[in-house]
Amino acid sequence: MISTIASFINAAIIQGIPLLFGATGEIITEKTGNLNLGIPGIMYVGGISGIIAGYLYEHSTETPVPLLCILITLAASLFGSALLSFIYAFLTQTLKANQNVTGLALTTFGVGIGNFFGGSLLKLFNESGSISLISTGLAYKTSLPFADKLGLFGRTFLSFGFLAYTAVLIALVSSYVLNRTRTGLNLRAIGENPATADAAGINVNRYKYLATIIGGMIAGLGGLYFVMDYTAGAWTNNGFGDRGWLAIAIVIFALWKPKSAIWSSFIFGGLYIICVYIPGLSSSSKELIKMLPYVVTILVLVFISAKKKKEHQPPQSLGLSYFREDR
Amino acid sequence: MANPAIELRNITKVFGSIVANKDVSLTVYKGEILSLLGENGSGKTTLMNMISGIYFPDAGQIFIDGQEVVIRSPKDAFDHKIGMIHQHFKLVDRFTAAENIVLGLKEKGKFNIKDVEKKVAEISARYGFEIDPSKKIYEMSVSEKQTVEIIKVLYRGANILILDEPTAVLTPQETEKLFAVIRNMREDGKAIIIITHKLHEVLAVSDKVAVLRKGEYIGTVETKDATESILTEMMVGKKISLNIERSEPKDAVDRLCVEHIDCVSRDGVRILKDISFTARAGEILGIAGIAGSGQRELLESIAGLQKLHSGSIIYHNPKTGAQENLRDKTPTQIRELGVRLSFVPEDRLGMGLVGNMDIIDNMMLRSYRKGKTMFLERKKPRTLAEKIIKDLEVVTPGATTPVRRLSGGNVQKVLVGREISSSPTVLMAAYPVRGLDINSSYLIYNLLNEQKENGAAVIFVGEDLDVLIELCDRILVLSSGCVTGIVDGRTADKNEIGLLMTKAEGGAAE
Repeated sequence: MISTIASFINAAIIQGIPLLFGATGEIITEKTGNLNLGIPGIMYVGGISGIIAGYLYEHSTETPVPLLCILITLAASLFGSALLSFIYAFLTQTLKANQNVTGLALTTFGVGIGNFFGGSLLKLFNESGSISLISTGLAYKTSLPFADKLGLFGRTFLSFGFLAYTAVLIALVSSYVLNRTRTGLNLRAIGENPATADAAGINVNRYKYLATIIGGMIAGLGGLYFVMDYTAGAWTNNGFGDRGWLAIAIVIFALWKPKSAIWSSFIFGGLYIICVYIPGLSSSSKELIKMLPYVVTILVLVFISAKKKKEHQPPQSLGLSYFREDR
Repeated sequence: MANPAIELRNITKVFGSIVANKDVSLTVYKGEILSLLGENGSGKTTLMNMISGIYFPDAGQIFIDGQEVVIRSPKDAFDHKIGMIHQHFKLVDRFTAAENIVLGLKEKGKFNIKDVEKKVAEISARYGFEIDPSKKIYEMSVSEKQTVEIIKVLYRGANILILDEPTAVLTPQETEKLFAVIRNMREDGKAIIIITHKLHEVLAVSDKVAVLRKGEYIGTVETKDATESILTEMMVGKKISLNIERSEPKDAVDRLCVEHIDCVSRDGVRILKDISFTARAGEILGIAGIAGSGQRELLESIAGLQKLHSGSIIYHNPKTGAQENLRDKTPTQIRELGVRLSFVPEDRLGMGLVGNMDIIDNMMLRSYRKGKTMFLERKKPRTLAEKIIKDLEVVTPGATTPVRRLSGGNVQKVLVGREISSSPTVLMAAYPVRGLDINSSYLIYNLLNEQKENGAAVIFVGEDLDVLIELCDRILVLSSGCVTGIVDGRTADKNEIGLLMTKAEGGAAE
C-alpha cells in the first residue's frame, strides 16, 4: 500500500514538473498583463526544438557526450521557445494585436510545428519508426547518485533528473523576484496598471517583452522536460497533450503566485494520473476523472470571483494592450 | 524669484485635425504657485502632459533652469525633477502607499519597503501630510490617494510640481488642507503649477494666473491684480452672465414619492438608510452631498438598476393618474414611463454611452426597439444626433465620429442631450456639468430649466453648492446614505448645507 502511495506521489511530481514550468512562465508573463495563451504551443516548440537539436547532434557523432547532449538541446529549446514568445510579444506589443487571438494562433502554430518536425525529421535522415534520442534521454534522466540508497524516500522524492529540481528552483526564484525586488514591483505594477507604471518612468514595453520572452523560455523547458526526461528522448506527435492548458489552469488555481504554483502543479499532476491508480475504471470513467483539474479550476474561479478579495484577483490589465497616447 | 524654474516657448501639439496647443509660451519661477486656467478642452492638461513626458510636443522648446531640454518620456521628466499629479490618479490599487511611491525608482542598495516607509513618514512630517505608508490604495479615500500622489513626486525630489485639477474631488476641508501643503511646498522653493477652472481657488492659492483659451495662450496676470470677472473674460473671451435663471415652479404636483428606501451593497454595507422625499413636476430638486454619500445608488434605485432592501418608490403617472410602484418594475418598464437617468460618472463613458460607437449609434441605443422592421432605422437617430450637435454646440467633426474621440465636455453634452430629447417626466442628471467649462455648464442648466418648465420633475445631483443654491427649487442633502435635510434653494445658505453634508459623517465611514 505504502509503495503504491509512494509511487503515486512520485508520478504526480513527474506529471507536475512540466506543468510547473508552464505555470511559472505564464505567471511571469501574466504579471505584466500579457495573457499569453500561446503557452501550450510554446511548450510544444520548447520540446521539439530540443528534439531537433538532439537528433542532429546524435546523428553527427558516434559517441554523444552526455553534457553536450544536455547543453545543445537545452540551448535549442530555450531558443525555440524564446523565438515563439518573441513573436507573441512583437504582435501584441509592437503591432498591438489582440492578445487572445495571437495566443490561440500561436498555440495552433506551435503544436503544428512540433508535429511537423516530429514527422519530417525522420524523413530527412531516411529513417523509419519514431524519434528516440537514447543518449540525450539518459543524460536528462540522470538523478542524484545517492537517490537509490535512500530507500522509499529517495525513490519518491530524489529520483528525478536535474530539470525537475530546476523547475522548483525557478518557481522559488520567480516568487522572490516578483515580491521582494524592485524589478518585481515594477513588473507587477505594469500588469495592474500600465499607464501608472509608464507615468512612474518604467519602460513598459521592455518589461513586457522581457517578461513574455523569459516566461516563454521557462514554459518551453516544460516541453523539454517532457520529451527528454518523461519520455526519455522519444517524440510522439501530440504526445504532450493538453498539458499546456493545464499549466494555464494552474496559474488561476495558484492565484498568480509562483510559490503556490509548486504544490498546485503537483496536485494537478496527481489528478492527471490518479485514474491509473484507481483500480477497475472503465476507459470512459478515466476520461471523466481526467476532467478533475479543469473542474477544480472552474471552482477556484467561481470562488475568487465571488469573494472579490483584491489580493486574489488576476492582474487588473490582464489581456489589454497599452497605448501611451491613446485618448 | 528671478530664476525661472521652467520656461515653455511656442509649444504646439496637434492630435489629428484638432490643435490642442498652439504657440503656447509660459514661465514659472521657483517659490511660486501658478494657476493654469482655461475652459474644458482649452489644452491645459495636454500642455502639462508635454512637460511630464506623456505627450511629445510637435513644435517648440522647453527650458529648465535656463537649459533647453527634451522630454520624451515620464522618466525624462523625473530626471528634470518634474512631477505631475494627474486628475485621475495613477496608482496601483493593490499596492500599498509606499510601494506606489517607490514604483519605477532606481535607488541604490537593497530594496526594503520598511526604509521607504520611513522616508515617506519624514516627507509627510515636513510638509504636513497625514498618511499611513503601509495602507493599500484600494482602502483609501480620494484625498488619501491624492496625498500618495503628491508624496510620490516629492519622494523623487521633484522641484516642479504640476497638479491637474487637484480640488475637483475634495471636500472644502480637504481642499484647505491641500492648499496649506501647497503653500508649505512653495516656502520650500518649489515651483507649482495648478490646473483648475475654479476661480475662487485660483484667487485663494496662486501667485500668478496663466490663461489658455482653445489651445492658445491668452496671458498671465498677477493674482493680486486679478478679479473673477477679469479672469472669466480672459478665459471665455466674452462676458457671460453669472446668474443662473430660475423660474417659479408652476403647478408643482407630486411626481415621484420615495418612501423609506434602504439599500445594501454587495459587501453588506448599508448605502441608503431610510430615505424619503418627494420630487415634484415642474421643479428642480437638487441633491447635495460629499461624493459617495449614496447619490449614485439613490438615482440607480429610481431607475431600477439597484436592488432595494426595503421601501417603495411611488410614481404618479401624469397620463393615467395612476400610482405605480417602480420597485416592482424592470429598468425598461421604468424608462417607458418617462423616467430618464443621465449619469455622468468619473470616466464619463462608463454609463450611458459606448465610446467606440458614433453619435448616431449612441442615439440608437435608446431607440432601436422602436423600429418596425428587422433592420435598424438610422434616419431619425441621425436627425436627432445632428440636432444635438447643433443645439448643444457639440464640437465634433461629424455625427459619425466615435464618441470616445470627443473631449469630456462634448461627451457629456451628447449624453444629456439624448436623455432630454425623449421629453422625460422625470429627469435625473448626476454631475452633468462635471468638468465642463462655464459656457457648457450654463447650456446644461438651461436645458434642465427647460425640462422643468415643460413639467418634468428634475433631479439634479451636483457638486458645486453655489450652483445648487442658484439652480434648484429645493435641495436634499445626503450624508453617508441618510437624508440630513431638505432646504429651500431660494433661502438656503452654503454654510447651512455644508453643515448638513457633514452631519452624520463618521457613522458610515468604516
